[in-house]
Amino acid sequence: MPLNASATADTFPKLLIRNALLYGSRPSMRHKNLGVWQTWTWGQVIEIVRAYAVGLHRLGLTRGETIAIVGANRPKLYWSVMAAQMLGAVPVPVYADAVAEELSFVLAHAEVRYAAVEDQEQIDKIQSVMERLPKLEQMVYDETRGLRDYDHARLRSMNDIIEDGRKALADPKVGAWLDAEIAAGKGSDPSIILYTSGTTGTSKGVVLTGERSIKAATDTVVFDKLTENDVALAYLPLAWVGDHYLNYAQGLVSGFCMACPESADTAMSDLREIGPSFYFAPPRTLELLLTRVMIRMEDASPIKRKAFHYFIGVARRYGERILNGQSVPLTGRLLYWLGNILVYGPLKNVLGFSRVRVAYTAGEAVGPDLFAFYRSIGLNLKQLYGQTEAFLYVTAQPDGEIYSDTVGPACPNVDIRIADNGEVLFKSPGMFSGYFKDDAKTAETMTPDGYVMTGDAGYFDEKTGHLKIIDRAKDVGRLNDGSLFPPKYIENKLKFYPNIREVVALGDKRDFVCVMLNIDLTAVGSWAERNNLVYGSYQELAGHSQVYDMIEKHVAEANRSLAEDKVMAGAQIKRFLILHKELDADDGELTRTQKVRRGFIADRYAPLIKALYDGSKEADISTEVMFEDGRKGVISARVKIRDMTTVPAPTVMGKAA
Amino acid sequence: MRAPGGPEVAAGDVLLSVENVSLSFGGVKAVSDVSFDIRKGEIRAIIGPNGAGKTSMLNIINGFYHPQQGRITFQGKTRSKMRPHDAAHGGIARTFQNVALFRGMTALDNIMAGRTLKMNKNLFWQLLRYGPAMAEEVEHRHRVEEIIDFLKIQEIRRTPVGRLPYGLQKRVELGRALAMEPELLLLDEPMAGMNMEEKEDMSRFVLDVNDHYGTTIALIEHDMGVVMDLSDRVVVLDHGIKIADGTPDEVKKNKGVIDAYLGVAH
Repeated sequence: MPLNASATADTFPKLLIRNALLYGSRPSMRHKNLGVWQTWTWGQVIEIVRAYAVGLHRLGLTRGETIAIVGANRPKLYWSVMAAQMLGAVPVPVYADAVAEELSFVLAHAEVRYAAVEDQEQIDKIQSVMERLPKLEQMVYDETRGLRDYDHARLRSMNDIIEDGRKALADPKVGAWLDAEIAAGKGSDPSIILYTSGTTGTSKGVVLTGERSIKAATDTVVFDKLTENDVALAYLPLAWVGDHYLNYAQGLVSGFCMACPESADTAMSDLREIGPSFYFAPPRTLELLLTRVMIRMEDASPIKRKAFHYFIGVARRYGERILNGQSVPLTGRLLYWLGNILVYGPLKNVLGFSRVRVAYTAGEAVGPDLFAFYRSIGLNLKQLYGQTEAFLYVTAQPDGEIYSDTVGPACPNVDIRIADNGEVLFKSPGMFSGYFKDDAKTAETMTPDGYVMTGDAGYFDEKTGHLKIIDRAKDVGRLNDGSLFPPKYIENKLKFYPNIREVVALGDKRDFVCVMLNIDLTAVGSWAERNNLVYGSYQELAGHSQVYDMIEKHVAEANRSLAEDKVMAGAQIKRFLILHKELDADDGELTRTQKVRRGFIADRYAPLIKALYDGSKEADISTEVMFEDGRKGVISARVKIRDMTTVPAPTVMGKAA
Repeated sequence: MRAPGGPEVAAGDVLLSVENVSLSFGGVKAVSDVSFDIRKGEIRAIIGPNGAGKTSMLNIINGFYHPQQGRITFQGKTRSKMRPHDAAHGGIARTFQNVALFRGMTALDNIMAGRTLKMNKNLFWQLLRYGPAMAEEVEHRHRVEEIIDFLKIQEIRRTPVGRLPYGLQKRVELGRALAMEPELLLLDEPMAGMNMEEKEDMSRFVLDVNDHYGTTIALIEHDMGVVMDLSDRVVVLDHGIKIADGTPDEVKKNKGVIDAYLGVAH
């Protein structure tokens, strides 16, 4: 089995040599250029990368140095990574859409002397911050367009570099020297530095080594049975750990073909043309795709629309069970078979999912309906949990054990521990060797016995044995009786209902959990229309008793689902109210990225919160609002409060299966 | 007659000259006794208030209107009458003030249409779409793909142009004109109705076309900022009469131009 060979290769360049031997004539890379898919085999790739490496060395790049990689997913940029690694240099990918400010931070921090960039746009960006990058000497570029009049003292085209290396390689001594360089590469050397996006402070350079990266990727390649016959579309940012892992590392380990889209805007249609067998998409992308499908179905002819909705209903009933290999009545199987011919097959074809064998989503909580939709039409969508410091995978769902609210059991050879405060700690084969030039931060992130602290709170679900991630560890609180209170987890449970738009959960250092929520005006409005409910404003609709009844059902359902979990049973919602106005970024209640600002809301709605906890049936509130033209006004309202009955936690023993 | 001291580019010979041209519709004089020239490789702007005769001038250049008087010399050949398809064969391409694309056809097909004149195989072969005709089409498609790449419209390749926003339609129309590989490209208000960002994009493309393909460009535009930034030389018309001709700076200072644009007490 070829996978054994990867056990001996401890750096990516060595893997490349192995692949050229094993799969020499199989496709390694595809890229759509001028409307036509171009293909390079492993045999061709190694020739190009060797020439490129020699060319870069002749430019001055040597072992241990860093080289920035800036741009979109293009073959030449991936080859820049390979060529640098061949020389023992360390590639530092940077997000293509990073603004000059972020770019200069990373390039200066990583002390790059060289940069491999995509095009004029990136060169302009780097040149605009050149005075902050005294170490940067040379840039090599892929796309020549618009660069004719640039000063070429510090600029070279990648093609020239490769050609230069090719000429030098005509001398067998150069080839032998390069072979020695590759052999000199050690598995414990840094292989790449990936900068975290920096949403939680300044970005940090995560150093990963070749040996660990390959070990981790080998584990997941075996886990998902990826082979040289698989195809992936490399459309996620090159500098993101996900792309480096899922496409670059897994591609080199398994020998599968990586396809680069024509441009970021064409990724959707390229997906369809390539028909990948391995696919990753964040929940937001999946949601976007589904919305597009639904909008297009609304425009379809009535017969098609009816057929679509009927068979999607069939899929909802039987699809997931069929995918999980559970028993399904014969009629269900027949209907599903028919639906597959008429609806699911064509639909998957349009989305480019026809050949997908393994698909993953990760990054944020995925709505159960959204998740179930894709699974029901036969897409093997699974969840994983990971982070840059782990070289992506910490947990992943195995085939046949899929739940929308878990992220799966620990990956092979990954060790997970839950700290006393609920924080998830892990030790994995691919874990990072430290933050670049920041030992203090590295020490902060590691426990004394070598576990990495994720900063996320989670627990193992007793029913499934899977890990559940509930919130950022620092946001998780406790009720007065000591039970866990994860605000985001509760809020997400409610926000998955289309009728509910925004939720604020309260409970830290309180006796019980209460929520304040916003209804979704579009969804509830259209429901009101269908049910002949007359309303004149958001406030009126939000206060309507029938709307309260509807929301009460949702809250009761959320409570039942919380109660199923022993850990969460204490965090059931005791009381709720519907806010009289929509939370708005203009009023400072949400951030510009639509995240709830809890502290601010707690002050602003203090009278409501007081009423929630003192048992009143309703409360008066008046809040100042900012209109879009900048004028200020006051909204006053009497807000009703509903009591909920909570469900007793079930005896777990009976349910364990 | 000519602007004195305009920057002389390397390929700065006169590509097209218009001499004493007059055109009238019945009693309306659209253009009277106008003379100017366009040099190879430059970006030449024709500006003027509404009804100044700018579009008429473009229509004269590409043979759509026939002037009653005057001579037009294009690439050394002088003529007074010419049909639009002769102009197209001769290497003059244009875009229109109101987008004139085949709305039901995709962006790709529209640009392919611009290659029609370059196709040599007869209708029979083209209908067969086999052998030499196929080879020819592949070659043409390659050129079209280069244009698509150049204008960065890959994602709308297969979209019917009728469904595209206005700014993109303009870009497709530019693509179709470029597909003819013209010597002289006439742009009739390429930025009309665009927002600031679209205008900047379009300006970039106009400059790139001029730089990359070496195409000579004559354009009509109302946005003075755009005109002054883009063009090498400007000719100003008012009521069918040429009132100024020179570099943007010279034109800006010209009293006649200021009066025509701002109005003057009579």
